[in-house]
Amino acid sequence: MKYIDEFRDGRLIAKVANEIAKRAGGRVYTFMEVCGTHTMAIFRYGLRGLLPENIRLISGPGCPVCVTPADYLDKAIFIAGLEGVIVATFGDMMRIPGSHSSLEKEKAKGASVKAVYSTDDALDMARKKADSQVVFLGVGFETTAPTVAASIVRAKREGIKNYSVLCGHKTMPEVLRILVKDKSVNIDGFLLPGHVSAIIGTRPYEFLSKEYGKRCVVAGFEPLDVMQSILMLVDQSSPRVEVQYKRAVERSGNGLAQRMMRKVFDTTAASWRGIGRVDHSGLKIKREFSSFDAEVRFRPKAAPPRAPKGCLCGEVLKGVKTPVECRLFGKACNPEHPVGACMVSSEGTCAAYYRYCR
Amino acid sequence: MHELIDSLFMKELGNAVLREKKDSAILKIGSRKIAFTTDTYVVDPIFFPGGDIGSLAVYGTVNDLAVCGAKPLFISVGIVMEEGLEMAVLKKIAASVGLAAKRSGVKIVTGDTKVVEKGSCDKVFINTSGIGEVYRDGLSTARIKAGDTVIVSGPIGEHAISVLSKREGLDFGTNVKSDSAPLNGLITKALKASKNIRFMRDPTRGGVATTLCEIVEGNAFGIAIDEKAIPVREGVRQACELLGLDPLYLACEGRVILVVAKEDAAKVIRALGSNANGKAAQIIGNVTGEHKGRVILNTVAGGKRIVDMLAGEQLPRIC
Repeated sequence: MKYIDEFRDGRLIAKVANEIAKRAGGRVYTFMEVCGTHTMAIFRYGLRGLLPENIRLISGPGCPVCVTPADYLDKAIFIAGLEGVIVATFGDMMRIPGSHSSLEKEKAKGASVKAVYSTDDALDMARKKADSQVVFLGVGFETTAPTVAASIVRAKREGIKNYSVLCGHKTMPEVLRILVKDKSVNIDGFLLPGHVSAIIGTRPYEFLSKEYGKRCVVAGFEPLDVMQSILMLVDQSSPRVEVQYKRAVERSGNGLAQRMMRKVFDTTAASWRGIGRVDHSGLKIKREFSSFDAEVRFRPKAAPPRAPKGCLCGEVLKGVKTPVECRLFGKACNPEHPVGACMVSSEGTCAAYYRYCR
Repeated sequence: MHELIDSLFMKELGNAVLREKKDSAILKIGSRKIAFTTDTYVVDPIFFPGGDIGSLAVYGTVNDLAVCGAKPLFISVGIVMEEGLEMAVLKKIAASVGLAAKRSGVKIVTGDTKVVEKGSCDKVFINTSGIGEVYRDGLSTARIKAGDTVIVSGPIGEHAISVLSKREGLDFGTNVKSDSAPLNGLITKALKASKNIRFMRDPTRGGVATTLCEIVEGNAFGIAIDEKAIPVREGVRQACELLGLDPLYLACEGRVILVVAKEDAAKVIRALGSNANGKAAQIIGNVTGEHKGRVILNTVAGGKRIVDMLAGEQLPRIC
């Protein structure tokens, strides 16, 4: 496939790996790949094995379904149980455990839950099934938030009255501040999420290098992207934010998408599974669009979030612990019966460890 | 699913034949050996590019017999249909069953139909069972040795993408056709060409990855496969990139994985290639004495990773 195979070229990748080893010398570097898609690429292509031992990669909190807290799922399950409601969701959300159940289990019991690939599919469903309420589960970072915002604007414009969004969106930069402030987290630099950055640009990350002296490279998702980004991190003489993923990311980001998000959402505090409440790290639907807010429309109930016993997802998300250090990993918690959120999504750190490097 | 089979059905129903977990049971009646198998089809949607539930139900059972070294002969068809199913739809399915049986050289010799209340089943479910005469005995993972070659008979993942592309809410505008097809002709050619085919299985649910994991499970060998060598057509690759799926886990319905003695690999590839459905057959890896019980993939990027069984359904990623 054009423009994909080139980024998976084994010979080029081996060359970059050599260069990384040479330039890193003997120094130990710890880099965090923030995004779940990076974690997947690293495992899927076996990149760890190509890096010298002194380059340590840890996985960060950038898998959107993994950081979605149980109370959000409880609300979604509550709504899915209402008469005449169809919950439309990205497939990954189906198996995430809430406090007592998951959407997949509720679906098996008869709740109406449909996996869709985009908000367009959910809107279509609302147009076709006028006598049902279609509730889209709005989760994800700045990558998915603009399209969800656009779906709300569109529903308003078209007068689609049976469409609403249960908003659980999160934003990236502020949670990284929590990580760099946490003394137990020892990171030399970040592989920053390429797709989030395509929307927000690079300015929101500047504090990482300016205030905390961290090296940063916005990275693409193909194996050569990841390897080149690691090389760029090793090579930085003074900490700054660089862009490796130039084919998609501009320093100012995508203005249209940013405006769309600002139009529909306000910033709010958000609760992250495993990390807790983080100020200014979530989005909520503005009052102007409250008739499309499923929280307002259905008043879903949920118990306050609590972490499952023995689960180390919080530490794993912060990159303090690796999945193999968790007592539940591979035993009580596995892809067929996930306990913690990091095992649920294929992009979760624990799921990636389970699948690719046990 | 594997867990359910082991923990429930094997416990309740297990016997020496069932415990072999072959695609067909190999049974001795008098001096003759027959293969016997059954499978139930609940595919949604019932019509998809390149096939439908009727032909799929015939080919699936034909293939389960064929991979066990049997010549498929007789098939039963049991149909459960939802009240209100249109006659035209049923007619189309029946015609498809008939055509598929003809194409595979089998006879439909017995059958059953039931109608259930609306909502009790999704349009139509079909069960087929089949009997075949074993002409190549002893195909078994027990015969596999380090150094053997692993072959796939054609490009992978087309059935899964074809079906997925037509599911409600997931129409992503592809025109990949299902690979659903009978394998008995192809397999006969391969078995004629080589006495050293150790084992065969069609990579249906869970795809090539899961089938290879089943082959190594609990055995004193591992399998190493080469990502670059695995045939995946452009349409499937594109759909996988778009949806975040791994082609290794996508179901095929007209492909077979063969484990063959290394010295016979070229012969078998040639034999497969003489059948229209085997033109793109490829060596994808080999059996090794290392990493016992594990499947390792050498990635296009030059790294290595473990290939595991599929747990649950392969869910689309969100970003």
